[in-house]
Amino acid sequence: MKQLVVFIRKEFLQVFRDRKTLLMLFGLPIAQIVLFGFALSTEIKDSKIVIVDYAKDEVSTQIITEIGSSKYFDLQQNLQSTGQLQAAFKKGIIKMAVVFPANFSKDLLHTGKATIQVIADASDPNTATTITNYVTNIINTYNTKLSNAAGQPLQINSEVQMLYNPELKGAPNFVPGVMALVLMLVCTMMTSVAIVKEKELGTMEILLVSPFKPIYIIISKLVPNLIISIVNLFIILILSAVFLDLQVKGSLLLLVFASTLFIITSLSVGLLLSIGASTQQGAMTGSLMGMMLPTMLLTGFLFPIENMPWVLQALANLVPSRWFFIIVKRVMLEGLGFTAVWKEMLILLAMCVFLLTISLRNFKIRLQ
Amino acid sequence: MKTLFFLLEKEFKQLMRNKGVLRTLLIAPMIQLILLPLAADYSVKNIHIAVVDNDHSTFSQKLINKIASSGYFTLTGSTPSYKQALVMVEQDKADLALHIPAGFERNLVRENNQKLYVAINAISGTKASLGGTYLSSIVQDYNSDIRLQWENGAEDTTPKIGVASYYWYNPFMNYHLYMVPAILVTLVTALAAMQSAFNIVAEKESGTIEQINVTPIKKHIFIIGKLLPFLVLASVIFTIGLILSWVLYGIVPVGNLAVLYASLIVYLFAMLGLGLLISTYSNTQMQAMSLAFFFINIFNMLSGVFTSIDSMPVWAQTIVETFPPSHFIKIMRMVVLKGSGLGDITYHLGAMFVIGIVFNTWAIINYRKRA
Repeated sequence: MKQLVVFIRKEFLQVFRDRKTLLMLFGLPIAQIVLFGFALSTEIKDSKIVIVDYAKDEVSTQIITEIGSSKYFDLQQNLQSTGQLQAAFKKGIIKMAVVFPANFSKDLLHTGKATIQVIADASDPNTATTITNYVTNIINTYNTKLSNAAGQPLQINSEVQMLYNPELKGAPNFVPGVMALVLMLVCTMMTSVAIVKEKELGTMEILLVSPFKPIYIIISKLVPNLIISIVNLFIILILSAVFLDLQVKGSLLLLVFASTLFIITSLSVGLLLSIGASTQQGAMTGSLMGMMLPTMLLTGFLFPIENMPWVLQALANLVPSRWFFIIVKRVMLEGLGFTAVWKEMLILLAMCVFLLTISLRNFKIRLQ
Repeated sequence: MKTLFFLLEKEFKQLMRNKGVLRTLLIAPMIQLILLPLAADYSVKNIHIAVVDNDHSTFSQKLINKIASSGYFTLTGSTPSYKQALVMVEQDKADLALHIPAGFERNLVRENNQKLYVAINAISGTKASLGGTYLSSIVQDYNSDIRLQWENGAEDTTPKIGVASYYWYNPFMNYHLYMVPAILVTLVTALAAMQSAFNIVAEKESGTIEQINVTPIKKHIFIIGKLLPFLVLASVIFTIGLILSWVLYGIVPVGNLAVLYASLIVYLFAMLGLGLLISTYSNTQMQAMSLAFFFINIFNMLSGVFTSIDSMPVWAQTIVETFPPSHFIKIMRMVVLKGSGLGDITYHLGAMFVIGIVFNTWAIINYRKRA
């Protein structure tokens, strides 16, 4: 036992001696939470659009004013003709063009119908759909105004309420996601590299021939990473409470407990990777190239998992951060208790036990 | 020149010898290119909706049918009270709840005016805003349907402005077209900035860099010898990626391939410069990895792969301007989807080049100091 304490101390000293890595360990979560929390937003606003107004009459001017005053649009210099559109789209300076035909008001007055052309750059389909909808809504509101004079029957209004995140900020979605992402990647990477480094330098051999038990080697490698990650967790929580106004709504104890479980699971993934790799470069390539993008996508904070094909949905179930993301969302943002997350915690626990068992069984106590 | 050739031969041999790493470097991007576009699908289709129908009238039934048959929504349940529907939202069983109050039909007919209540779980912003717009357009459609019925097909005399929408460059709204070019960039990014840094630092760690420093090999030859193999490797991966996206997703660049490759070279020049810079600041592979990870993760999240740069605050947009991937992703999307030419992308190309010059100069200055 005393041996173990000494070794854990040694690992700590090694971690703290390497200032640059330490900077990454603590700097990365801080920089990411602040940057992503403030910068990322899934709301589409201030889209650059252009108006081609062949009509230049009262109605078109009114509608242009309505569009211009919307926070969703950023009107660019008007174009004289639709011929210039292609070039503007190709340069990527506009997302959409609204075209008023020449006899716009005349049609509206005489036939009671007139059509506005909305041309969207659908190379980004999502933005295209959303901003087209925005314009349609503006036009519809204008239509209602027109018809109110005539007395429209059967008017249905929907009253929409945005729960949990009324301003549609990006932070509530991204903070749990980034938490899951950063903790998972940092834990996996640090553990796998720490163990493989000993192999590469040849010091693993010395450890293995010493009376120190192999299991202790593993524990002494895991403990510093565990503690650093828990400190990181608190830094993230404090930062999001102070800067992003995202306090933990539910039980802090529950959140910390679930996070610890998740951290240990991620450490076990790193342990497993270290068994397969023989060089640091191999371990890093595996944990970075192999895990970064899948973790990013399959955690579910960028793309809804239920939209994916079933193969990927099944695959996503194997990603620990997916379950952790759900837990954080429920406990931190929605303020739910243990009854709402026990299933996810059970899954994490099962993963953790499974991974630890496999990696401990396969941990080679001989080098060749 | 001859020295450079020998150095390159050595580097390629070393690269080829390490089969495990090479395999990961080549196969991981392929697998990701196959799987990720399937995952990266923002077009929200199955929005779960819980309906509270306190009216039980023909009108409310019609509305519910219309929502259910729209293709965007899945009815996950109808609960007797609004509170229970909110609980379903809370448990993630429903993304939004629609409340049709009692007396919906009666009030609508008598007073010509009635409200519907919609509550949306807004934690996932995309889903919330898309779900909201879909639902409101369905309700509006429904509104004009019943109005038409009510008036018994009588001529609608009020003036009405219609909207005809056109979707250029991607008329079928295929999301892969948007994602695949960007994912291709992220695959090249990781390789260029990270592996080059590792490679140089590995020489430092094993002490062989000292031997090279005392030989008559010039610094710039050594650096070119280190970076060129990764330029080649990254181009190979890029090419395989282009072929794969053609085979799997049917994406053929509309624009000129030469423009694409020219941009790729400029981009790699910048990213390899970053790798070099990272390597001058680190003494161990661990440090190099930490630094590289720091940048790559931020690049991936902020460069507009997943979220629109336009909706970021201005200060963040300024920061993102200095990220080479944000420019290359724009170029890729413009050239591949819209067929933009050299003239259209000059700004982005120039920006990447300037960033590349800064990284490389900085790295070389810093490198001299230590040697």
